[in-house]
Amino acid sequence: MTIGAIGMAAGFILILIGIWGFLNRKNIIGIILAFPVFDTGLNTVIVAIGWMRGRTAPIIDSTVNASDTLSKIVDPVPQALVLTAIVIGVGVTALLLAYAIRIHEKRGTLEIDKLEDIKW
Amino acid sequence: MVRTTVNMLVIIAVSSLFFSLFTAFRPDEKLNDLAAYYAQHTVADTGAANIVTAIVVTYRGLDTLGEVTVLFLSASVVGFMLRRRAGVKHVPAAPNSELFKTAASILAPMILLLGAYIFVNGHLTPGGGFQGGAVVASAALLFFLASPEGHIPHFVINTIESLSGIFYVGVGALGLYFAAGFLDNRILPLGELGTLASAGAIPVIYTLIGMKVGAELSSILVNLRETGGEE
Repeated sequence: MTIGAIGMAAGFILILIGIWGFLNRKNIIGIILAFPVFDTGLNTVIVAIGWMRGRTAPIIDSTVNASDTLSKIVDPVPQALVLTAIVIGVGVTALLLAYAIRIHEKRGTLEIDKLEDIKW
Repeated sequence: MVRTTVNMLVIIAVSSLFFSLFTAFRPDEKLNDLAAYYAQHTVADTGAANIVTAIVVTYRGLDTLGEVTVLFLSASVVGFMLRRRAGVKHVPAAPNSELFKTAASILAPMILLLGAYIFVNGHLTPGGGFQGGAVVASAALLFFLASPEGHIPHFVINTIESLSGIFYVGVGALGLYFAAGFLDNRILPLGELGTLASAGAIPVIYTLIGMKVGAELSSILVNLRETGGEE
């Protein structure tokens, strides 16, 4: 197993835990907290896709000169995309928690089994 | 019971999908064309030592502006949903120990300083505006935990946030006149690679992003906190 493969496997497992949380939790806070787990797994997988054997972070310093970046660095694009995704994930989680607070104020419960009007 | 079985089937289906993706994946041996372009041209184009920063702030700068806007939108909606309503009382929390309060008052400014360091050095180190902004907001969180009765006025947060947003777009617009396009960092001299005053406008833009993200995350914290209490 390479580091990239370990990272990707860990990411996929976190995504599965997140999906399991979405589907099985009965409490709205539990469902919401499954979201960051899913999100973290997805980000880990994306970063792992950019991993390349024997290379280092895309920062020019004492190990990487400006002239040999082509052979020394991993793919910087997935890392830039994940930087974006992490921040959006924080915003979405905060929004979901705000909804949970409102539901609790209006209905006095967070158990989805007691919120019958959203049952299908 | 039926539900648990269905959920199990979903999980098994998704994991078999992931397993086939995982076994079929082979890491690249060389950079693809886009990544190779960034690897070869970043230093000459932007002067930034951190290639990820160059992509986030310059090459895909418009995308980052959109991202900051999404964060602003979500912070605003949290504020809108949790705005103070009549009838919701704030229940005072138990006072904290002297030890915690003193430690927090020493640590919070240092955490702020660390956040500022992270966003000012975004073009040199694996830092940047988003990470630094999150660290700044964690200082606000420590302040709230340490002094439940203290509060940061909304207008301070809103002013920092609006001003940094306006200046961010303003610096970007300067690029239209003094350089090649919107958010071009070459409005300032590129300087020497690896020094603090290098990479043109990237440190300026990332500092503004850091202040904006810090203010937005802090305003989410303020709003989530002020709703606390029983009806």
